[in-house]
Amino acid sequence: MSYIKKPKIIRDNESRNKLGMTVTDYEGVMSTLCAGCGHDSITGAIIQTVFDLNIEPHRLIKLSGIGCSSKTPAYFASQSHGFNSVHGRMPSVATGAHSANSELFCIGVSGDGDTLSIGMGQFTHAIRRNLNMLYVIENNGVYGLTKGQFSASADVGSTAKKGAANLQIPIDPCQVAISIGATFVARSFSGDKEQLVPLLKAGMMHRGFAMLDVISPCVTFNDHEGSTKSYLSTRETKREALYTDYVEPFTVIEVDYDQGSSIEVDLHEGGKVILRKAEKEFSPLNKSDSIRMIRESADAGEMLTGLLYIDENQPDFTEVENTVRKPLNEVPFDDLCPGSKSLAALQKNYK
Amino acid sequence: MRFSVLDWFKDEKGKLTSKKINDVVIPCDTVILAIGQENSFPWVERDIGLEFDQWEVPVVDSVTYESTIQGVFFGGDAAFGPQNIIEAVEHGHQAAISIHKYCEKESLTDRLEYGMNLITAKMGIHEWSYSNDYGYENRFEVPTVPMNERFKDINIEVELGFEPGQFQEEVERCLNCDIQTDFAANLCIECDACIDICPVNCLMITDNDDEDNLRKKIKTPADNLEQDLFVSEDLPQTGRVMLKDEDVCIHCGLCAERCPTAAWDMKKFTLKVPYALDEANAIDVNATKKAV
Repeated sequence: MSYIKKPKIIRDNESRNKLGMTVTDYEGVMSTLCAGCGHDSITGAIIQTVFDLNIEPHRLIKLSGIGCSSKTPAYFASQSHGFNSVHGRMPSVATGAHSANSELFCIGVSGDGDTLSIGMGQFTHAIRRNLNMLYVIENNGVYGLTKGQFSASADVGSTAKKGAANLQIPIDPCQVAISIGATFVARSFSGDKEQLVPLLKAGMMHRGFAMLDVISPCVTFNDHEGSTKSYLSTRETKREALYTDYVEPFTVIEVDYDQGSSIEVDLHEGGKVILRKAEKEFSPLNKSDSIRMIRESADAGEMLTGLLYIDENQPDFTEVENTVRKPLNEVPFDDLCPGSKSLAALQKNYK
Repeated sequence: MRFSVLDWFKDEKGKLTSKKINDVVIPCDTVILAIGQENSFPWVERDIGLEFDQWEVPVVDSVTYESTIQGVFFGGDAAFGPQNIIEAVEHGHQAAISIHKYCEKESLTDRLEYGMNLITAKMGIHEWSYSNDYGYENRFEVPTVPMNERFKDINIEVELGFEPGQFQEEVERCLNCDIQTDFAANLCIECDACIDICPVNCLMITDNDDEDNLRKKIKTPADNLEQDLFVSEDLPQTGRVMLKDEDVCIHCGLCAERCPTAAWDMKKFTLKVPYALDEANAIDVNATKKAV
């Protein structure tokens, strides 16, 4: 945190996106998180993402629950819509917001506590609904806001600051999400923006529920020797399954991709992802493959990162429910509220 | 007042010379002479061994300020032509050292070196010994006396100066160039906090490369080639390097405030300029050792 405000300086050679906006225009208020928090770095990556995707601020809604992670939507896109909801209940609020206006880009920012403990039920049902949103878990393995108790994602044997080891089995949000039908599952690291930004972009442009588990070290309570989610240990155990590139719509691909070892997936909302295989045969288009790879890596003491599973063909929430595509404030009033006669006619059907 | 209208041109040696075209007389009540401090030496005999250059000013050594006659020193505009007063003061200091050494029969060129000092400006977690809250407003215009008031009295001072509040804001535009960002690569955990917070996007952590590529890798490219790029030693966790484009840094210290390991620090730079008194008091280290 800092007492002075960040001065807003636009340099002459500052890059501008198609809307004529600078990166600074997508920033929010000053962060009050600890200096060096991984969450601030993810905020930086999200700012870069919405800047690169030329998203108009009024078409973006950012939602969160409670926790250090859930403070972060205040730190980006100040001009966009926002909702800081009850602990673990952000997916319900997101469902409501998305139902009212399905044209909004939804970013939900949550933490390992907000998602995997109190919000586990909400989280899994948002996946079942295939709600069209990007759900970022800022995962640091501890409850930072309440002074560093182990969270549900802490690995067995990982130690707290004073040395006590965690004995409970962790919940892996990626395995959970794939097993219950998530259509976009990825894992990344706050200290690797080269990997994180393309994944955020792909997640934004994916139709349906895009879950991104980002290991985001807690500098105050979980960045010591013995922690499995410190900066150093994450760098040591991180293994990139696939290199992900996001390609904007209508751009000529200049890089030569090896046809045999790269996979292209067109994204519903625009653009495509190109996945370059880093090592042995692995297809993120196959659920069993993905889960097997994640489990094998975990057994080998590694943390698999990259886009782990993608299915672009599943219908999303609005399609399944056949809800109106227009924002509700653009639907004529007579259609929204057909009147008491229509209600009486409807009720008659159920008698 | 008679003015001569001149035409200026360079002669074959490149020296700027003038040719009178005509005279113009402008009638005046009062003439105030505000220019034309003399810088010519027609009264110095040309056969005393003092050498003059093509501008008719004495040839002066740029370190000792001694002319071609031993024990005769020049400074200010007389030494190297018109320069500003800050440099003239420096000439005076340097010439004083030379004069001292000349009198003591020491070598004029054997002088104390410039020294420097860097001391941390950190006073607390969010507190620095300088004002770091950079004011990014444009320069304020100094308030002036209205045009119709100015001519009522010849003694009116036109510029009124800033009001107390205004000049407090004006001084915050200072870039604090005496404050240096000091980076200790061995402490860095590569959390990116400094890169994210930097208001002028002048930092980046990346793989080491040649300079042209590194200049492009900073968020807003470092395109002033006259300013050297700062490149750190290899960082401990990944072996990448920290880059900094000093050209645009406003020394706000946010990188240092956001740094969890104090790898960044803001340090006040002091230039130690030796004066004649320092030369006089300087201890000959070797001589002292022998004596002991």
